[in-house]
Amino acid sequence: MTVDLSTRYLGLQLRSPIVASASPLNGDPVTAKLVERAGAAAIVLPSLFEEEILAEEIELNRALEQGTEHFAEALDYFPAVDAFVGAAERYLDGLERITAQSTVPVIASLNATSAGGWVRYARLIQDAGADALELNLYHVAADPRRTAGEMDAADLELIAAVRASVTIPLAIKLSPYYSAFANFSRAAVEGGADGLVLFNRFYQPDVDLDTLDVVPRLELSQPWEMRLPLRWIAILRPQLGPDVSLAVSSGVHTGTDVVKGLMVGANVVMMTSALLRHGPKHVATVEAELRAWMADREYESVEQLRGSASQATAADPSAFERANYMQALRSWIAPRELTPTSPSRPAKWRPEN
Amino acid sequence: MDRRYECLDGNEAAARVAFAVSEVIPIYPITPASPMAEHCDDWAAAQRPNLWGKVPDVVEMQSEAGVAGALHGALQKGALGTTFTSSQGLLLMVPNMFKICGELTPTVIHVAARTVATHALSIFGDHSDVMHARTTGWAMLAAGSVQEAHDFALVAHAATLRARVPFVHFFDGFRTSHEINKILVLEEDDLRALIRDDDVVAFRGRAMTPDAPVVRGTAQNPDVFFQAREASNPFHLAVAGIVQQVMDELAARTGRQYGLVDYHGAPDADRVVIVMGSANGAVEETVDTLVAEGERVGMLRVRLFQPFPADQIVAALPSTVRAVAVLDRTKEPGAVGEPLYLEVVAAFAEAMDREEPPFAAVPRVIGGRYGLSSKEMTPSMIKPIFEELAATRPKRHFTIGIYDDVTHLSLPIDTEFRPPRPVGEVQAIFFGLGSDGTVGANKASVKIIGESTDLFAQGYFVYDSKKSGSVTVSHLRFGPEPIRSTYLVEAADFVACHQFGLLGKTKVLEYAKHGATFLLNSPFGPDDVWKHLPGGVQQLLVDKAIDFWVIDALAVADEAGMGSRINTVMQPCFFQLAGILPADEAITRIKGFVETTYAKRGEAIIARNFAAIDRSLERLAHVPLRGVTNSVPTTPPVPDDAPDFVARITSRLMAGEGDQLPVSALPVDGTFPMGTTKYEKRAIAQMIPIWDPAICIDCGKCVMVCPHATIRMKVFPTSAIDAAPAGFLHKEFRSRELLDHRLTIQVAPDDCTGCGVCVDVCPAKSKTEVRHKAINMEPVAPHRDVERGRWDFFQSIPMLDRSLLPHDSVKGSQVLEPLFEFSGACGGCGETPYIRLVSQLFGDRIIVANATGCSSIYGANLPTTPWTVNAAGRGPAWSNSLFEDNAEFGLGMRLALDAQTDHARRLLERLAPALGDELAGGLLGAVQDTEPEIALQRERVRRLREALAHLEGPSSSDARHLLALAGDLVRQGVWIIGGDGWAYDIGFGGLDQVLSSGRNVNILVLDTEVYSNTGGQASKATPRGAVAKFAAAGKGTAKKDLGAIARAYGNVYVAQVSMGANDLQTTKALLEADAWPGPSLVIAYSSCIAHGIDMSKSMTHQKDAVKSGYWPLYRFQPSEIEDGRPFRLDSPAPSIPIADFVATETRFAVLQRTHPERAVELAALAQADADERWRYYEQLANIERTVPHVHRPDPAILPDVESDAGYRYDSEQDGA
Repeated sequence: MTVDLSTRYLGLQLRSPIVASASPLNGDPVTAKLVERAGAAAIVLPSLFEEEILAEEIELNRALEQGTEHFAEALDYFPAVDAFVGAAERYLDGLERITAQSTVPVIASLNATSAGGWVRYARLIQDAGADALELNLYHVAADPRRTAGEMDAADLELIAAVRASVTIPLAIKLSPYYSAFANFSRAAVEGGADGLVLFNRFYQPDVDLDTLDVVPRLELSQPWEMRLPLRWIAILRPQLGPDVSLAVSSGVHTGTDVVKGLMVGANVVMMTSALLRHGPKHVATVEAELRAWMADREYESVEQLRGSASQATAADPSAFERANYMQALRSWIAPRELTPTSPSRPAKWRPEN
Repeated sequence: MDRRYECLDGNEAAARVAFAVSEVIPIYPITPASPMAEHCDDWAAAQRPNLWGKVPDVVEMQSEAGVAGALHGALQKGALGTTFTSSQGLLLMVPNMFKICGELTPTVIHVAARTVATHALSIFGDHSDVMHARTTGWAMLAAGSVQEAHDFALVAHAATLRARVPFVHFFDGFRTSHEINKILVLEEDDLRALIRDDDVVAFRGRAMTPDAPVVRGTAQNPDVFFQAREASNPFHLAVAGIVQQVMDELAARTGRQYGLVDYHGAPDADRVVIVMGSANGAVEETVDTLVAEGERVGMLRVRLFQPFPADQIVAALPSTVRAVAVLDRTKEPGAVGEPLYLEVVAAFAEAMDREEPPFAAVPRVIGGRYGLSSKEMTPSMIKPIFEELAATRPKRHFTIGIYDDVTHLSLPIDTEFRPPRPVGEVQAIFFGLGSDGTVGANKASVKIIGESTDLFAQGYFVYDSKKSGSVTVSHLRFGPEPIRSTYLVEAADFVACHQFGLLGKTKVLEYAKHGATFLLNSPFGPDDVWKHLPGGVQQLLVDKAIDFWVIDALAVADEAGMGSRINTVMQPCFFQLAGILPADEAITRIKGFVETTYAKRGEAIIARNFAAIDRSLERLAHVPLRGVTNSVPTTPPVPDDAPDFVARITSRLMAGEGDQLPVSALPVDGTFPMGTTKYEKRAIAQMIPIWDPAICIDCGKCVMVCPHATIRMKVFPTSAIDAAPAGFLHKEFRSRELLDHRLTIQVAPDDCTGCGVCVDVCPAKSKTEVRHKAINMEPVAPHRDVERGRWDFFQSIPMLDRSLLPHDSVKGSQVLEPLFEFSGACGGCGETPYIRLVSQLFGDRIIVANATGCSSIYGANLPTTPWTVNAAGRGPAWSNSLFEDNAEFGLGMRLALDAQTDHARRLLERLAPALGDELAGGLLGAVQDTEPEIALQRERVRRLREALAHLEGPSSSDARHLLALAGDLVRQGVWIIGGDGWAYDIGFGGLDQVLSSGRNVNILVLDTEVYSNTGGQASKATPRGAVAKFAAAGKGTAKKDLGAIARAYGNVYVAQVSMGANDLQTTKALLEADAWPGPSLVIAYSSCIAHGIDMSKSMTHQKDAVKSGYWPLYRFQPSEIEDGRPFRLDSPAPSIPIADFVATETRFAVLQRTHPERAVELAALAQADADERWRYYEQLANIERTVPHVHRPDPAILPDVESDAGYRYDSEQDGA
């Protein structure tokens, strides 16, 4: 039998519910193309970090000014450069290229801690052709003087600011660490979110016992991690109604994981770790598994499956600096740079084209 | 046409024209001409077109000789070419210059004229370089100001095309090349008008082409060479007329009329000074002042030096002239006089021999030298020349600006004489540190005022000779008239001291005129600051009735997120107090400038600067003058126990009083005493490392990596600290070899630069607080006095006997005394730890040949030198020849050493009967592989000297000679040290020759992968994908594998090391290099400020370089064993990708910001380079190779795998 996998997410018509979520694979046009070819129904770009924009400017400036005007023979150490392409420009350039080459929707992602001047990047992302924007809220509630209410209000202000600056669909990627998650979710939707992505996985710092250093560490997700978003989508789906898009993110590894996500009411499921682990072609495997499971049980469409089981709870904070978070993300090297004989990295998989 | 003003320095002014009218530009860095080449490279990278719409091809060569060759070739093929150089660089071009001129090929070399090294290197300005080139036949055009450097660049390019004679266009290094002045810029139309199409087409018509081939460059014989040489005469004879014609065309377009020579002064002058170059300005001011006082004086400026405009000079001078002083900015020992003087004398002699002589009597001509190595040339020095000219018997030859108490040539300096300043002019002087952004802000101020108001502006900047903690002095002038004062500000209307700590150390208020304004960056507020001022400063404030203001700029900068860069805090205060612009307008303009400057770098930077600017004025406070209290004691520049030379001479240099030293005070041949940095207590660190013995594990790593040898480790018997002051820190020394000893790690608080590398590498962490290490950076203030006391006592503890611990360990090497200390290298310098380690391992028995570059500058730039001696008075004998010849220089030392040793042995054999077999036989048969054996030989030599002193009779001549050579019977090493610019590029030919010689020399290449000393230009050591000057778009080709070239000889010991990755391997490599009786090459990865890294993490970067496979470690030990495997790969397989390493270094990361696509491409290639190199090295590690040799049981040529101290490495005990 033919199974109709199409679904709608953030008002976008998708050919399947399997979306490749933010990972280095999607940040590079070459690997993004591999992901698309493997069947991803939409591509979420890695996040543009508010602090990355600022930190890069400051660090680059420091490095270029270091040692200047100290010594008569070397008044500086770098050539004068006319045009710098900043973190944001590079992001937008990559976005433009990926949008241009993609036949599936491209969702850009902004990662921020506060409303600020950088919000204008949301508009620039829209101008660069993104089909939708995912706003990634991130903070560690480490300040003992700030109440949950204050922090929620700041987040909502941020959502409103971004909402006001773009007309494309807006998804909010949330962490599970809200005191009153259902309440906050509703407020986010009322503040203008077209959908919610559950959940943001935080990369927790670790201690290296050889050096006694605190080190960032990237652990790919495990299948059990999916239970948290499952529960919350099950809870939120009836509360938020059918017009709000919901996406499962965290621990999606197989076709049956996709089935579970759809059953509790998700519009799409998102995969990162499984693709990093097995390579872009894993999208096709998962799709085949989904198709087989539905066909076996004579489900005709995703529509039919969605929300057929739903209910609700939460876990897990973060404890380290964002720089480490970003570093952990970056320590995954885009596979395009892998060479078959490279001794310097594990030969997990190789690009096929 | 509306003419635009811009504020440019001389280099940019000349380079703009040169770039616009050229197609091929071969380049090579040399101070102070490098910026011209850098501009061209930047513009080419930015795809700026020349006059004909093509982007010039800017190509870096391996040396100036290479540049000249490439230029010659490009010209032969019909491309318009130019280049830029200075000093020795010009000298290296001379052979080709003869050819280019002999072939009547138009081109221009722009020269920032610089001193040629003689008794010492000097980067500063005089005409000794261009004067050396005058025999090549090139026309020589001298610019005396920034405007002239701009205009004459065009005159030279236009004239050469018309005349076919090539041109040297020169201007004074630093004074003109680096002075920023407000000039009227030439427009493209001006260039097009003067660079005539017909001339360009004619030039191309003479080019080599197979369509109409010719032969040029034949060999000629006695029959025709001479006539052919004379055949070019008409072209040289036409040059002067052509230059004047071009100058006239320029004048018609711009209104700026120049002559080949120009007279200025009284029309009836009887005394005239003839001068060339930037001194024009000062002479002109002097003449104007004297003429206004009624004196009959004048000046003649010479613009075209060659072909010498003899007729024009004679014609330009008033017929009333009776005496002429000709000033030369060069010295030619042995000549009757310097070149300009001789030319003028000859011109007069010829003119007076005419039918109608121009003067009633031949004017008396005297010649004077001035301004060598940028020595100041002020009206105070010039006025006495006119007085001398008025004398009955003036000095025929004289000098000015110095006090010559040896040959008594100098004229006095009239310090009272200062020409009046124009009404409305402001002279300002600023004292700052290199790191605080003072110079940058002042350059901005010059541009702001010069380009947005009607005022003229001038900026000149003086740097000291240190690369860390350097002091900068900015000299600025603003006024309604064009500024021609080509000398430093002497009496300022406005003085700013941007660093409180400089008060009392440096003369500051001495430069203030009466009633001047003084702005001080002070941590103390207006009510509090007075009592913290040194008495001398208080006195000057009161005596000169100074208007005194303070601001805590560091606090403002810190609040604005600017760190220690106080530039945008101090700048608004200057504008406010100097009153040059209304405050609001000033703020707007400063912000506008910040916005333009930092637009490329992002909004965060702009926002922070704005915050600093906005907060600045509200924190500015006036300070009322009070009584002089003398509450702050002044410290003498050097300690009381300093040696005589240091006390008399060095201390004056340190105090900035070198200009006042008489000729008799200076060594006659450039020879200076060792080890004077220890007397220069600069106290520049804000944070210093503090040792915690409770946590220390005795590893010695902090000492090993210290770039300035300011952290020391001593191991001593407990009794050595019986007299220790209370609180002196020490701990048990953990050692299998040495029991019952204590250990102390001590910082020299006044010598430390606070770079933090020691703390970065310290592996010992507190069990209860991980961030607390065995050594920690702490603010210096509360520790300074305590650590001073500890350091003083620490120095009194005797060094441990060198034979007690093996040297092939970090700990063992780091208890050895460093004989290279407290250099002025950058904080975190990656080079100096290697040099210091060499000095520890072998310092008392080596001689060093040091290539020009960073290591020769921090190694021997006055006032003080870091190479030093041990308690026995022994240490590394050090010398620098040139940049290009260092390997040969070192080989020469080895040849001499071998010859002397050989001679000494022969003398010893002859004298053996008289000396006794025991002594002579012992000396001749001594094995000196290890330090104990060397010590025994030293003892024998001591006895030999004693015995020789008593020898009489027929052998006394032999005895005298042997006495002189006895020291050479002790084994000595020759270390040839230099950077990658030398080893990979300019000196490579010589390096290769020396490697092939088989002679016992040790070559240490400090590989920073760029020309660090001249500001980070690419070399062949620069890796693929790195951005460097001359590789502004990222270097596209891979780094040269220098080690592979050396290994190919088979008998060369080669090691590639990286101290931060493996300090033990570094130590072993140096020991093995010393032990290997043939040539050795150690290539040392040296992190550098030009990498754009956090220098406190210098060693971490070295480690990552190895971890990623970017810099594999190996030792290639030539072997005579049949199945020997000479190549030992010392680093493990790469564990991180190259991308992870390069992401942390700005030199790579910046390419992602400037050329993202190219960055991706080059990054992939860089990974492939590393992969391929690793694959190759892995294979090499398995190859068997034998040095071809004759089996002779001579232990002296066997490979020595033992350490210097006679210990075998643990890892090699069982053949591992």
